[in-house]
Parts: sequence; C-alpha cells; structure tokens
Amino acid sequence: MAQTKVIALTGNQAAAEAMRQINFDIAAVYPISPQTELMGFFAEYVANGEVDTEMIAVDGEHSAMATCIGAAAAGARTITASAGPGIAYMVENLYVASGMRVPIVLLDVNRALSAPLSIHCDHADSMLTRDTSWISIFSENAQEAYHNIIMAVKISEKAMFPIIVNYDGYIVSHSIEDVEILDDETVRNFVGPSDIHRIPYPLLDTDKPVTYGATAQPDYYTECKYQQHVDFLKVYDIVREVFDEFAEISGKRYDFIEEYKTEDAEYIGISMGSSFGTLKDAVDRLREQGRKVGAIKIRLYRPFPVKEIAQALSKAKGVVVLDRADSFDGIGGPLFKDIATALLATENNPYLHNFIYGLGGREIHEEEFMRAFDRLERLEKGIETRENFVEYLQVRE
Amino acid sequence: MAKKRPIALLSELASHKETFGGDMPLAPGHRMCIGCGIPPIVNEVILAINEPVIISNATGCLEVTTGVYPVTAWNVPWIHVNFQSAATVMAGVEAAYKVLKKKGVIPEDKKIHFVAFGGDGGTYDIGFQALSATAERGHNVLYVCYNNEGYQNTGYQKSSATPIGAYTKTTPVGKAKVGKQEPRKDLTMIMAAHGIPYVAQASPHIFRDLTRKTKKAISMDGFKFINVLEPCTLSWRFSPEDTMRLAKLAVETRYWPVYEVIDGKYWKVNIKPKKPKPIEEYIAAQPRWKHVLKYPEILEKIQKEIDEKWNLLLHLEEMSKKLAEEEGVDYEELFKVPED
Repeated sequence: MAQTKVIALTGNQAAAEAMRQINFDIAAVYPISPQTELMGFFAEYVANGEVDTEMIAVDGEHSAMATCIGAAAAGARTITASAGPGIAYMVENLYVASGMRVPIVLLDVNRALSAPLSIHCDHADSMLTRDTSWISIFSENAQEAYHNIIMAVKISEKAMFPIIVNYDGYIVSHSIEDVEILDDETVRNFVGPSDIHRIPYPLLDTDKPVTYGATAQPDYYTECKYQQHVDFLKVYDIVREVFDEFAEISGKRYDFIEEYKTEDAEYIGISMGSSFGTLKDAVDRLREQGRKVGAIKIRLYRPFPVKEIAQALSKAKGVVVLDRADSFDGIGGPLFKDIATALLATENNPYLHNFIYGLGGREIHEEEFMRAFDRLERLEKGIETRENFVEYLQVRE
Repeated sequence: MAKKRPIALLSELASHKETFGGDMPLAPGHRMCIGCGIPPIVNEVILAINEPVIISNATGCLEVTTGVYPVTAWNVPWIHVNFQSAATVMAGVEAAYKVLKKKGVIPEDKKIHFVAFGGDGGTYDIGFQALSATAERGHNVLYVCYNNEGYQNTGYQKSSATPIGAYTKTTPVGKAKVGKQEPRKDLTMIMAAHGIPYVAQASPHIFRDLTRKTKKAISMDGFKFINVLEPCTLSWRFSPEDTMRLAKLAVETRYWPVYEVIDGKYWKVNIKPKKPKPIEEYIAAQPRWKHVLKYPEILEKIQKEIDEKWNLLLHLEEMSKKLAEEEGVDYEELFKVPED
C-alpha cells in the first residue's frame, strides 16, 4: 500500500499533481476555461524541471489532438486537456485517435457549448465524444479526478484505446477539497516507465517501418471497424482489472457504477459527475420521510455499463434519469437513452422519466432533485401525466 | 452478372512477408496517376537523407494513393492523421523522440529525421495555421509542399496557390468571370517571414537542386520549409510525358523562381534564366489556363506579378549580400551543404 497524504487542492490542481507523478512524455496544451489553469499548474512543474515532459503549446485543440496522435503513435505517453468548444473543435481527431488505436489521455473539464457562450459546466461537450470509441470516465470530485487520471493511463495502454477523464468545470475544477495523494513512487510503479514498446507498432522503431492512417476502401473499411468494435467490448474487463489493481495500491475500490441506498429502492435517480453528492442528499431527505428511494452514479460512461445498470434497476418501479445535457431530439437527454437501452437487458420494466438540469453552470439543489423524485413517483402512480419523456428541471417559464 | 472477385482475408494478407520496390522509400505499385510529379519529389527528398526518416502526410493525392488498406507503398515509417495536421503530427513525433532520448528510452546516438509532406490545399489553406504554429515553435521538422496549385485529389478546385485566371471547378470560365479572380498566395515568402532556418522553392526537374536543398535543410536545427512546384497532368490537362517539361518551363519563364532563404534574411536565387521564355509558352501548354491568352488584361496582370516578384527576389539577394558583409558573415558559405 502507498504512503498517502491529504492536502487541500482544487480539481485542476489535483489533476496537475497526477500529471506530475505520472511524468507524461508529451503534453499538448491550448488554453480554454475552465481547463486553462490546469495546464498552467503543470507548466510550473515543467518550468521547474520537476517533470521530463515535453509540453507543446499548440495552435488550437484540433492540433492538440493531432499532436497527441503523432506522439502516441511514435511511442510516447501522451496527454492533453480541454473543455466545451475545445472538445468540439477536436472531435474529428478523436475518431482518428481511436481508429488508429493509440493510447492517449484527454481530460475534459466539462463545459457547456455555445451559443449562447457559457464557460460553465454541463456535459454537452462530453456527449460529443460518446460515439468516438474513446473510453470515458466521469469523476464526482477532485479525489476521483486524481484517481481516474492515474488509472486512465493504464486502462488506455492495456486497451489500446484513448481515454477521456471528465470532471465538472468550476464545480470540481476550481473548488478546493481535501484530496488524498499517493506517493510518487507508487504512482510511477503503477503506470510503469516510458517505453516505445508499450505499444505494438511505435513509429520511432525505424527498423520496423509501419504505416499509420491508411485509406480503407469499401472492401476493408467494415473489417477495420469491426475489429475496433470487438476490441472496444473488451474494455469492460480491462477497466475492471485496472480498478482491481488500483484498489491494491490505494485501498480505494471503484466500480463501473456507484449505488446509493438502491437495495430496497422503488424509485431511483441516476446522474453523473459532481451532482451525485446533491442527489445522495436528496435521497437521504426523502428517506427521512419514509420514501424508498436510491441513487446511481455512472462512473464508466463508455463503454456503457449495460449489465450493471440492468442489474441495479432490476427491482425498481421508477427511474428518473438526470441529464446535464439536452439532445434536442424529441426523445430525451443522452444518458436517458443509454439507460432506456440498458433496461432491455432486464425483465423489469420500470417507469422511466428524464430531467435536464444544470445547464451552463446552473446550480443544482437537493430540493430540485427531490422534486424530480416526486414527479417520477406521481407519474408512475398515474396521479400526473406527461406529454414528453423529457422535461426541464430548473427553468423560469 | 459480374463475376464476384474473392477478397483476401485480413489474416492471410497480414501473413505476407514480401515487399517489393527494393529500397525505394516510396515503392512502385502505388496508385498515383501516370506522369504524376509527386513520386519523384518524394523519393528525391527522402533519398537525399542518409539516416532514418519518419514521414507524416496530409490528406491528399500522395496519401490516398500510397497507403490503401491493407497494403502500403511506404518502406519508411509513415503517418497520416488528416488534411490539416501534417506539420503538427510530425511535431508530436519529433517531440516524442526528443523527450524519449532525454529519458534514455532512445539511444543518444540514434539520429532520426522528420519530414512532412502536404499538397498546397493542406499547406496553403486548411493546414496553414498548424504549419505556421509548428514553424513558430521551431520543431526539428522538414516540411515539403508538393504544390500542384489546386485541390487535385477532389477533382480540381481552387486553392490559394491557384494562379489568377486559371480554370478550376470552383472558378469556372464563364461570361461574367474568367477563372480565378485573385493572384496566387506567396506561401514561400510567408514562411520566410517566420524567420525559420531554411526556406526554399524547388522544381522536381532539377533533382540535384532538390537533393541539395533537402541535405541543406536537414543539416539545420529547427523548422524547414521547401515548396516544390508539381505540375498536375490530370487537372492542368497536359500529356503525362510532359510533367518535367512543364516544370522546366515554369522556371524558364520565371513563373516559379528557384531560390533559398536562410534565417529569413539571406536570400539566394539559384537559377537565373538569362533570356526568360515568354509566359505565354508556359500558359499555352496548360489547357486549364490557356484561355487567358485571349484576355490581354489578365495576361498583363500575370506578367506584372512575375516581373515584380522576380525583381523583388533579385533585390533581396543583393540586400542579403550587403547585410552579410555588414555582419561579417560569408554569404556563399551560408548556402553550402555540410559534407554527409
């Protein structure tokens, strides 16, 4: 077990600390709020010679990801970070990275998308990445962000897929919390040293020339994508394996989802990211009223934990999915559709409702989540009716 | 009914060990057009380098024709990410090399050269921001633009390298407008303004010059840029056997001056045609452009652009000699290629 110490850090500071300990080979950086200060903190480590990292201040997020792809294919351990519009700008290259099967860590300090311009938190940026074949993990707080980054390196390199670690802009990135930090040696042993042969075909092995990024015509494109499809399904086991290994060094055991008072719960709320604490408070207050409610947090967002969700909802009467992004499609938020699909894997058929909340940094309070449970229960009992599956939770009409 | 052609399984193809094309970095068997000027440019550049190279490639003619899954024409490590990223991808590879050398992962004496290729679309237009930024950051990369003055891979649309008056699919010749309305952008000058160690223009028909320029470029630390005119048989619509003749005419008419620039301040014009051929001869050889011969006002603009640029280059050369003298620098020595 590691030596640990508890220090007060913001989410961005905790992330920078993880980056320092991992000592990434390459960090491609481009400023965008609320990610900017993360790379600012890391730049101090670079400037002081505390890391060996080549920090490349590129011309934009599209180039940031292209630089990462080049570095990762070369054989370097590579990271970048962005938020909101920056994530949108790099989307083209997210597909390239996963299609080329290079391990890269991307920190998404979750931010809303324009217009109107908002630098504050929601999950619209991350939802742009959900079909990109990147592994995606959400963090509730600075502690989880710190742990997730360390685990992400290993997951990505074992799976040969790039990985996104999400944490909420400002709410996590700029709030100070107590964070338990592992000692440097433990972290470095956990991720292992730099080595171009961490990947099977490094460009820098010039004795064995390889071609990265060839064209595929209709005769082979499908086969390429099928290989990617099959391998992406293997990510579940790899994530579980790394979660187990991490538990050994840290004493902290993570799962794909986190359940709170769901055992006997009739009504379950589901959220991702920083709002889960508020959701748990809402559950506690409703429990005080004798209501059988519970909560689920999604940690592993891609690949989606279908079986775990189906199991956790196998006895529920009603489920309210709390989406921090809207899909504007007449169906519901992105997480709502994922949950609805996961329910195909259980015999149970709970009443499913969807609320959009927390857009563009709108604060969320436990009373609002309590209202979401109330609405769910009354809908399920037929006391109220609805016109759509999806409604806005916090809006001045 | 058409006979169904059996397609080999990936596992069978992956087990093939043989390669062909000998030691050519870009092996024969690729799918470029007959008479295409790109393969000679690529092989002239890479063969001028006696140490290992890694190549990055922007999307375009060179890319789509040389790595077609599951086969490749590349006998050197090669990566393509997308249209606009050839420079910055190579920056990532070069930075990886640098840091892994520092960490002792790559041996201290292992020398690798980093070369990026892009067409004018991927270099002048969509890749310009990444190119400029990579140059500014001084990555040890040689960027070679094969400039065929338009988006040829997509069937010939105008780029900012297309000359005034030229027909393209997005600048047709009609009653209201005759081809492209604007003169070509001078990217070589813009790259020289970055103050990078080495910038040059070259032509594939003078292979000794391109070889020398490549050797000169890789002998210098930092970002280097060579712009090579690449006459396109398909879109400029001349016969495949005339590619080098067109390249030669471009130089002989002073349409494409062959020159080099050290540190953005010492200029040298390598070839000075004593009696330049009339631009009409070059234009007449290209059905994409020859309609301008009927428009004296456009011809005049073309000639003016050529004359002014040529005169400017000669003045820059003279100025460089004076500057070198003032600084106590040996002007001729600046352009010499160190022995291999």
